Amino acid sequence: MSAAAYIELSGVKKTWNAQGRLTTALAGIDLVIEKGAFVSIVGPSGCGKSTLLQIMAGLVPSSDGLVRLHGQPVREPPRDMIYVFQQYTRSLFPWKNVQRNVAYGLESRGGLSAADIAERTAQTIAKVKLQGFENHYPWQLSGGMQQRVAIARALACAPDVLLMDEPFSSVDALTRVGLQQLLLDLWQSLGLTVIFVTHDVDEAIYLSTRVVALSRPPAHVGLDLTIALDHPRDAILTREHVHYLDYRHRLLAQLFADEGIASGAVHS
Amino acid sequence: MRQWFAHGLRGRRSGIVLLLVLLALWEFSARLEWLPAMSWPRMSAVAATLGQLIASGELLSELGASLWRMALGYALGVLLGVIVGVLMGSFRAIYNLLEPITEILRPIPSPAYVPIAILFLGIDDEMKIFMIAFSAFFPVLLNTYSGVRAVDPVLLQTAKTFGVRGARLVRQVVLPAAAPYIFTGMRVSLAVALIVMVISEMVAASNGIGYFVLAAQRGFKVREMFAGVITLAAVGYGLNWLFLLIEQRVLAWHHGYSAQHRD
Ligand SMILES: Nc1ncnc2c1ncn2[C@@H]1O[C@H](COP(=O)(O)OP(=O)(O)OP(=O)(O)O)[C@@H](O)[C@H]1O
Ligand SMILES: [Mg+2]
Repeated sequence: MSAAAYIELSGVKKTWNAQGRLTTALAGIDLVIEKGAFVSIVGPSGCGKSTLLQIMAGLVPSSDGLVRLHGQPVREPPRDMIYVFQQYTRSLFPWKNVQRNVAYGLESRGGLSAADIAERTAQTIAKVKLQGFENHYPWQLSGGMQQRVAIARALACAPDVLLMDEPFSSVDALTRVGLQQLLLDLWQSLGLTVIFVTHDVDEAIYLSTRVVALSRPPAHVGLDLTIALDHPRDAILTREHVHYLDYRHRLLAQLFADEGIASGAVHS
Repeated sequence: MRQWFAHGLRGRRSGIVLLLVLLALWEFSARLEWLPAMSWPRMSAVAATLGQLIASGELLSELGASLWRMALGYALGVLLGVIVGVLMGSFRAIYNLLEPITEILRPIPSPAYVPIAILFLGIDDEMKIFMIAFSAFFPVLLNTYSGVRAVDPVLLQTAKTFGVRGARLVRQVVLPAAAPYIFTGMRVSLAVALIVMVISEMVAASNGIGYFVLAAQRGFKVREMFAGVITLAAVGYGLNWLFLLIEQRVLAWHHGYSAQHRD
């Protein structure tokens, strides 16, 4: 284990068995992630991004290989890590209103007074712009609002590691920019480590210090790019930076080539 | 039944009219002696007897004895049904252990156990409470088991990522998520428990409403007998009404949720 290793994946493989049909999603993933990194994982649909994230979260066992956090093998969900599900609708408790859903993460951690929990819950609800909906139930909200509830529930806990699976997939473009900003602010101010799954290459580059592109399944790391753009990022200017465009070019070239999509891309 | 509830009295006007017509028919058929007066008293006479029995406190004390046993047995049966159902739903090994025996015991009609129960527990309260608990147990068990199996794995994993497991996971996620199923089982059990209460009191008892009805019939007190049966109907109706009231409150989220997901 190198000095900078915080999360370390060595030879992580996953073969799913669905009623006797074997699907190898991950062929062998090696990654070393340092503390405080913002790593995005991109790749084609079905390549195993969610699978990889769930293995990192200790929610799903790998078929082979090991995930370590602080050098400790991850076998069940570690306290310092919180996973935000891609299936946000199914991940909210339908019998709890927005306020109680958001407070759930804080309550489950223990050690906080009821007043602290109420305060942090209210603050986080305000941050995701859901004030006025505290007493609504998840099924009374739009998809994008439900997604924000799920994000708020995780953010309120301010865990060391945040694993997010396409967390902004159902929000409109403007809300998305706001949530991206919120996530970056929290990441910087709290020194979080974020692993972020998205299929949006632009979002990945804009947010991250590093972007990992997985290949088609059985997936391996196709491209591992360090994004050397300064933080804080600018919602408009960062996306016009020459380096940004270069990263974008290389990632798209990788993903398109993998999919067999012809394009004017020149491999660099 | 739920529709009845929502529409209140207005929607069931025709049903109430039919009820009144049948009561009138009872009265007239008895007055005209279409059936032997010995076994078919007038509705008005039965009503008067019912009034006297209530006023004297006799009926209420019989009812009290019955309802006390029923409440105890029902609570015990439901509690055990939920506990065993959660265990069977959560642990494969426990399911494999208990599934065959429940499948064998479940289809036997509860009244068939009464003689056995008398043999071991006598004819006192223990036997009746046991019988009620035993019969209330199976519907709750089976529905709880199905409910636990049907809990969305994403919900369970969500709780796990927040560090919730074990008994807390059961209390905070499994039980609320399975509650609609559990209530379905409890509703079936309520009807069964009422039947078993009456039967066990008819077979062996010195008090209780079931005993009262049978003793009245044996003593040729036909009006008392009918008054007892009417009381039982009212009790059954009232218990069901109370149950629905509680269910509507506890499962308010579920009614909203499923209305939302129906279309
Ligand atoms: N619980 C499961 N049981 C069986 N197979 C599974 C399971 N979860 C995922 N898979 C399979 O693993 C492969 C990868 O799925 P995964 O959800 O990780 O993809 P993904 O990259 O997240 O896709 P998307 O971008 O569409 O979310 C797919 O072939 C999928 O069918
Ligand atoms: Mg996915």
